[in-house]
Amino acid sequence: MAKPKLALYWAASCGGCEIAVLDTELEILKIADFFDIVFWPCAMDFKYDDVRALADGEITLTLFNGAIRSSENYEIAKLLRQKSVVLCAFGSCASDGCIPGLANLTTLEAIQRYVYEDSPSTVNLEKIRPQTEWTVPAGTLRLPRLWNTVRTLPQVVDVDYIIPGCPPQPDRIKEVVAAVMDILKNDKPLPPKGTVLGADVRACCEECPRKRDVKKLKKFVRPHEIVQDPEICLLEQGMVCMGPATRAGCGAKCVQAGVPCRGCYGPPANVRDQGAKMASAIAGVIDSDDPAEVQALIDSIPDSVGTFYRFTLPSSTLRRRQP
Amino acid sequence: MSPRSITIDPITRLEGHGKIHLFVDDDGNLADCYFQVPELRGFEVFCKGRPVEEMPRITTRICGVCPEAHHMAAVKAADAVYGVTPPPAALKLRELLYNGFYAGDHTTHFYALGGPDFVVGPDAPKAERNILGVVRKVGLELGAEVIKQRARGQRVVQIIGGKALHPVTALPGGMSKRVTKEEQRELVRIGEEMVEFAKTTIKVFDDVVLKDPATVDLILSDTYCHRTYSIGLVDAAGKVNFYDGTVRVVDPDGNELCRYRPEQYLEHIAEAVLPYSYLKYPYLKKVGWKGLVDGTDSGVYRATPLSRLNVSDGMATPLAQAEYERLFETLTGDRSGRKPVHATLAIHWARVVELVFACESVAAQARDEEITSDRIHTPPTSIVGEGVGIVEAPRGLLTHHYKTDEKGFVKEANLIVGTTNNNAAISMSIKKVAEGLVRRGADVTDGVLNRIEMAFRAYDPCFGCATHALPGQMPMEIVIRGLDGSVRETVRRFC
Repeated sequence: MAKPKLALYWAASCGGCEIAVLDTELEILKIADFFDIVFWPCAMDFKYDDVRALADGEITLTLFNGAIRSSENYEIAKLLRQKSVVLCAFGSCASDGCIPGLANLTTLEAIQRYVYEDSPSTVNLEKIRPQTEWTVPAGTLRLPRLWNTVRTLPQVVDVDYIIPGCPPQPDRIKEVVAAVMDILKNDKPLPPKGTVLGADVRACCEECPRKRDVKKLKKFVRPHEIVQDPEICLLEQGMVCMGPATRAGCGAKCVQAGVPCRGCYGPPANVRDQGAKMASAIAGVIDSDDPAEVQALIDSIPDSVGTFYRFTLPSSTLRRRQP
Repeated sequence: MSPRSITIDPITRLEGHGKIHLFVDDDGNLADCYFQVPELRGFEVFCKGRPVEEMPRITTRICGVCPEAHHMAAVKAADAVYGVTPPPAALKLRELLYNGFYAGDHTTHFYALGGPDFVVGPDAPKAERNILGVVRKVGLELGAEVIKQRARGQRVVQIIGGKALHPVTALPGGMSKRVTKEEQRELVRIGEEMVEFAKTTIKVFDDVVLKDPATVDLILSDTYCHRTYSIGLVDAAGKVNFYDGTVRVVDPDGNELCRYRPEQYLEHIAEAVLPYSYLKYPYLKKVGWKGLVDGTDSGVYRATPLSRLNVSDGMATPLAQAEYERLFETLTGDRSGRKPVHATLAIHWARVVELVFACESVAAQARDEEITSDRIHTPPTSIVGEGVGIVEAPRGLLTHHYKTDEKGFVKEANLIVGTTNNNAAISMSIKKVAEGLVRRGADVTDGVLNRIEMAFRAYDPCFGCATHALPGQMPMEIVIRGLDGSVRETVRRFC
């Protein structure tokens, strides 16, 4: 029997998801043995045309990392959807927009103006901007057009499953790969469409070993401002920790390393908006009934949009800052 | 023969991040050559409004290959914003993490990316010019060691940085995670294994590269030479340092042009914009931008492992120092050991020297009893409001510059990232090789592609610091079009 075909693709991403796949170490050899890898630009040499030449649905599984922020990203997302039986959003950029999605707080014009004109090291008296088409004596040079808004994969094509995380932790990748191989080998049924794979349904707090004591807060502190207690819940020490609004699955690594969770696994099951969930969690720990004091406390939260939506602004109900 | 245009696009393992255009005149000679980076992400702009202590955790997402470099440059800039000096143990932990990262990253590049051209040879069949070919030549046992060495680097980052990928523990004033005695024992063991691996790598380089006169001739050939300025970070003794120090610049003859502290970078570095690439072109401000040309009058500089060796007075560890001396003695053709060396392909050898230094440094620094200290964080008590952090990323000098308000929220951020430093030099290197090879009557063959690719690959490019080529070679596709736009010929090169 022919091997099932696998594709891995990166759109707008940092490359960390690819490194996380490599960090499965010897597992990568098993993957290469079990599957016929038909497209993996990071590691192999098949081109877009090779993918176009495949029949619709010929790829069994595509793991797609990176957000969608240019026409090229969008074209490849559509192509891989068409050619794949199962399309999986792999990692935080594809599923939620991730940190590069914070670009939705600004505009493409503001980014270009700063980078090419206003930054302190730029010397550009003629105010040259890179052009999507530029004619030189010998011919025309082209650059892709960038989008003003960063979008997630499920916002542009139909997606079957989500594997969250920045990056998905290698142990969880191994679990997902083992489950996929089991399904294919033993002809088992697929999980329901939309299932989040390689993660838990609960909140990150459930896998955090720090002690909690339902203590209420009189003030917020920033992570560098105090010498923290290594045993006590960071939220109870006054730090905004995204644990209550974040899906478990990472092993609570950041919290155990002494810094608050920033939410890279996205919202837990049945939560539509991670930031709104965090606002609700914060409301529950504020120790005051005096509206003025409550307001002052809320105002003291450092950078609520950039913290509550650090990894999920494009997939949130807000999506972007309106002009 | 009609004029034609040759596009190398896409360069698969840098998908969407690098593109080469060759234009050929009526006689079949190269008319012009352009290198483009088609991406822009805007971190500098959306970092505005973020608390500066979050920058080490935000800017890691610029690059999943070298997040450690951004983590460290960002936290050093944030230390400066608060005017705080971390306790000695915290600084030692940061430097140890960073050397561990280097030991893994340089290994990946040497064995999987750059190495194949030398280990199996630039003219070997393309199916052999990859990591598998390297393993076949040097043995499966070493192949397994390469995987283990990569894992060692990741483990050092995980122990100190909390996460193997996108570390999290550096914060203004120090570190958030202590290292236990048990973890220290593991770090010591890893350091010892790394030094053994470094010795093996020296031997591999010696056996398969230096003992082959043809390879040494190729390294020294004019096709792969550019006389540019060199830039790099040096410690107080003038030795190479990845984590901290003073930036030193030397001219193409090896004379010092300047030295600067991180906060002085704007006096020395400026960036030009060209209309056909999203990536800017940094240059030495005092020399000036003369376009994509080399020489003493052009402000183009290189920031590579070889540049770091060129500007330094040596290496701070014994095995690396011996290799450093051997490199300059061998490549200058006499025993004088004079600097600098301008051979682009010698960057690979310099990377081996640095790999040895990183491994020796991990071994030495892991033994320091102070790394298990409880005193790893000094909370800041005041604010300066501006700071610059500089480290050496594996692919070149990395500068983070932040201005904040009185509460430490970022008002302005400026980043000059590793590979960006080399944008002009990479463009020039590609053009020089293409000029030599794309000539009247000459076929554009697989061999031509590999020679162009070698110019490119020596820099270990990581465009937009967003992507990175992993194993083997960079595959290319060249499409030759007639004046009417019809495809005359397609040359493809796969693994």
